[in-house]
Amino acid sequence: MRNTVLAEATSKFAVKSGLQQLLAFGSLILLVLFFSIASSNFFHFSNLVGILLSTAVIGVLALGSTFVIVTGGIDLSVGTVMTLCSVMTGVFITMWGLPVPVGIIGGLLTGALCGMLSGLAIARLGIPPFIATLAMMMIAKGLALVISGTKPVYFTDTPVFMKISQGSILGAMIPGFDIPNAVLIFFLAAIVGSILLSRTIVGRYNFAIGSNEEATRLSGVNVRAWKIVIYTITGLFTGIAGILMASRLNSAQPSLGMGYELEAIAAVVIGGTSLSGGKGTIIGTVIGALIMSVLTNGLRILSVPQEWQTVVVGFVILLAVYADILRRRKAA
Amino acid sequence: MRKSLLLLLFVVVMVISACGGGNGNGSANGGNDPSPSVSPSDSASSEPAPSSSDTPAEKMYIPLVSKGFQHQFWQAVKSGAEKAASELGVEITFEGPETESQVDKQLEMLQVALDKKPTAIGFAALDSQASIPLLQRAKDAGIPVIAFDSGVDSDIPVSLVTTDNISAAGMAADKMAELIGGEGEVAVIAHDQTSRTGIDRRDGFVNRIKEQYPNITIVDIQYGGGDHLKSTDLAKAIMQAHPNLKGFFGTNEGSAIGVINAVTEMKMEGKLTVIGYDSGKAQIDAIKNGLMAGAISQNPVGIGYETVKAAVAAAKGETVQPVIDSGFVWYDASNIDSEEVKAVIYE
Repeated sequence: MRNTVLAEATSKFAVKSGLQQLLAFGSLILLVLFFSIASSNFFHFSNLVGILLSTAVIGVLALGSTFVIVTGGIDLSVGTVMTLCSVMTGVFITMWGLPVPVGIIGGLLTGALCGMLSGLAIARLGIPPFIATLAMMMIAKGLALVISGTKPVYFTDTPVFMKISQGSILGAMIPGFDIPNAVLIFFLAAIVGSILLSRTIVGRYNFAIGSNEEATRLSGVNVRAWKIVIYTITGLFTGIAGILMASRLNSAQPSLGMGYELEAIAAVVIGGTSLSGGKGTIIGTVIGALIMSVLTNGLRILSVPQEWQTVVVGFVILLAVYADILRRRKAA
Repeated sequence: MRKSLLLLLFVVVMVISACGGGNGNGSANGGNDPSPSVSPSDSASSEPAPSSSDTPAEKMYIPLVSKGFQHQFWQAVKSGAEKAASELGVEITFEGPETESQVDKQLEMLQVALDKKPTAIGFAALDSQASIPLLQRAKDAGIPVIAFDSGVDSDIPVSLVTTDNISAAGMAADKMAELIGGEGEVAVIAHDQTSRTGIDRRDGFVNRIKEQYPNITIVDIQYGGGDHLKSTDLAKAIMQAHPNLKGFFGTNEGSAIGVINAVTEMKMEGKLTVIGYDSGKAQIDAIKNGLMAGAISQNPVGIGYETVKAAVAAAKGETVQPVIDSGFVWYDASNIDSEEVKAVIYE
């Protein structure tokens, strides 16, 4: 029974996901081509690296969000939890003087803990994900301000911290190939996320819960426990994003982060993951995040007025989701 | 079906970016100013831009990365920058993040601006340190940086165009003392306790009162984040707690409007002396109908103007002052219609 549910969920998903990825990837290539032709300043190594760097933080947030969205849930707290993670890292490293690696682990655990608490509220208390994570969003925002005393926490005493995002291991190995570590970490996180989602039991249960929670529960899967695990994973990714952000800015900015959850969700949705659950890929999310930042960057390079940039991004989200709906209607 | 949808998506993106792009490039100044672009013919006076891209004899290009773009204050800075741009025959762009907490978004804007190979760059830092690696890149590429509104903890910017907020808030304190007769209780609603402007305006006011007016006590200082509603609630709470309060100072537009709202809601019109900062329609109306005694205005148009002027001078290799004071004025019902005040306030 359990196996049939799982097999059904995975096979159904595998057939369609390939096409959606191709579609998203094609859009990305077209966008890059379009901007390259439209402006001579677009297709330059430094600008392309800039795009990747600006994708890293939202991208990692989106990776984490993919997990909960595949369960049919949502996590609205990722933006401010990310901020809380960077503030906690700042507290550990700058205020308490802990070694940098310990501070980083502390920051990651903060994220995992927040995710776990959201998961507990959802799975044990039966609070809908939207509300539970909305509450967490506010709790994390408030705590970040309280703990930091509303002031940015700087990492100026520990120059190595800045290297996490801004340094370039690749550049040190291959001269001239100065891709910042943040980009590397984003892609590594994507690979780990992809393996987790498509090759492990967590991923399989994730899809099963998203496709049909009741059937999954009836076939003997401890749905509650797995949900907590999945929200914890999202929290862990959020922690990674928090470290990347803090390192990029060389400071933890306590008032940052509101609204980032929506950008992350947009990236996930553009990447073909369905908000109703049971369907989605990590590679799709990576492409979705890249589409968002290529669009923003390209429109800026073209000096499109800022007001219009937002309008364009809005249309892209609308069309991407509509494409998804049409596809599902056809499949049904 | 899928393909046609995808196609539709691209048509929309391209159409919008095409119209948008036309808007941005056509009139060098973009936005709501429909004036035709400046004639590029006076290239004799301006040297060819050293780092301009493909087309030769291109106009100087100076992007301004601001703290915001939708607040009226920043729109006024923008209009000043556009004025200088058309006078000096240079091309500018003006952008900033949606809220003043988005330090990372601002860095991305700065990075894109640098990638467009500008002649010089104007930058109003949201965080005094985060931008330093990028500014170093600008310096290495020989692009002069002019800081405006707020400086950075670095000597890379060749100049800082700003308001002397400490003196300006000191003047607000003098006016307050004069209006309440040199004694009594006053309170402050500030916009925040972390930014340079927040700190300077609060301290400028508080220190002047302490030094010069021993009979005036500051009973409370609260921070409303420049949010109208939050500032209103804070001001009302302070008025409840201190029934003998004689005066209120709001350190920016949102804070000042909050105080005015509180006074109206508590039906205390005429019983409190309210002094504001910056302008905007609500403050101007409040001054005209007597709710507000007066306000300090920075000169946002001047900030934008001086920034572009300094950027052009720096790009030509001329010397620029390390700090350019863009000035401030006190305005009240008596001088609000004068030319001097009209030039700096905005609705």
